[in-house]
Amino acid sequence: MLASALFWVFAILLIVSAALVISARNPVHAVLFLILGFFNAAGLFLLAGAEFLAMILVVVYVGAVAVLFLFVVMMLDVSFTQVREGLQRYAPVGTAIGIVLLVELVMTLGGLGAAMPQAAAGLTATPTHLSNTTALGLLLYTHYVLAFQLSGLVLLVAMIGAIVLTLREKPRARRQSVARQTSREVADTLQLVNVRPGQSIAELGVLRPLETPPIPSIPDLIGATASALPADPTRDGSA
Amino acid sequence: MGPQILPGIGLMHYLAVGAALLVLGMFGILLNRKNVITLMMSIELILVGVNINLVGFSAALHDLAGQVLALFVLTVAAAEAAIGLAIVVIYFRNRGSIEVDDVTMMKG
Repeated sequence: MLASALFWVFAILLIVSAALVISARNPVHAVLFLILGFFNAAGLFLLAGAEFLAMILVVVYVGAVAVLFLFVVMMLDVSFTQVREGLQRYAPVGTAIGIVLLVELVMTLGGLGAAMPQAAAGLTATPTHLSNTTALGLLLYTHYVLAFQLSGLVLLVAMIGAIVLTLREKPRARRQSVARQTSREVADTLQLVNVRPGQSIAELGVLRPLETPPIPSIPDLIGATASALPADPTRDGSA
Repeated sequence: MGPQILPGIGLMHYLAVGAALLVLGMFGILLNRKNVITLMMSIELILVGVNINLVGFSAALHDLAGQVLALFVLTVAAAEAAIGLAIVVIYFRNRGSIEVDDVTMMKG
């Protein structure tokens, strides 16, 4: 049977790639094996009839989470030379705990296999007249609508949290101050001066409003790139 | 053997794959003391194992609730990965390394 053979292929590839994820020396390789594992898990979902979940696993996990991992691994320039040095110290206790866990799981599965009722082969959870996505949506938006909304809230909080955590406020960044822009008036920045023909502006002594304004004038904004401070008085009348 | 999901493939096979993933993820967490990112990938492996268990039960018991629950697990796992990787990024920004052993300095 093709489906059963595919199950073994997917399962073995999934477990092998999972083992390679935790044992790969290079974290980039680990992330790539994680992506391979996700693809095989999606194959297992597909075989069990969970088509929507399989697609979600490929789209969300491979397309977003694993790429996010890859991004972070490549962004953080970690030296991988001493990555394995703690292995010898923690190998005995790790192996012991893993073996205990495995034995417990095998015993639990053995007990469960005897207790489970037998059911007909080849049936999936999806009703026959509906597609898997439709059936899942019918259930999700009726019985589980509260949990669905709450999971959306979890995602919103995660998004805000990730932005808040990683946003770095740059002290020298120039930002647009809308309040300052809209509170600016013509009288603050523009001064009408009678200039006789032939008279230079230096003689007139007016290059900017006479009272020192809180808002820098236009030539100051153009001229002073280094600081956003209001007009410095030494430049009055010069230039 | 339990209920069959595919011909010759029962619920036990799915649960065994899920258990293997869980054990491998636990191994990854316990053995790896140097790289927080590998640790988070181990957590992802565990969550995929949980999802395989849920989907296997859903198929074996003809109940879609397992798939709904797997969907929520996927959601929470995505949120966890985003927050965890953000923490890793700011930790690396402050410390210049992502070694697990150094994280104990974060306690007060």
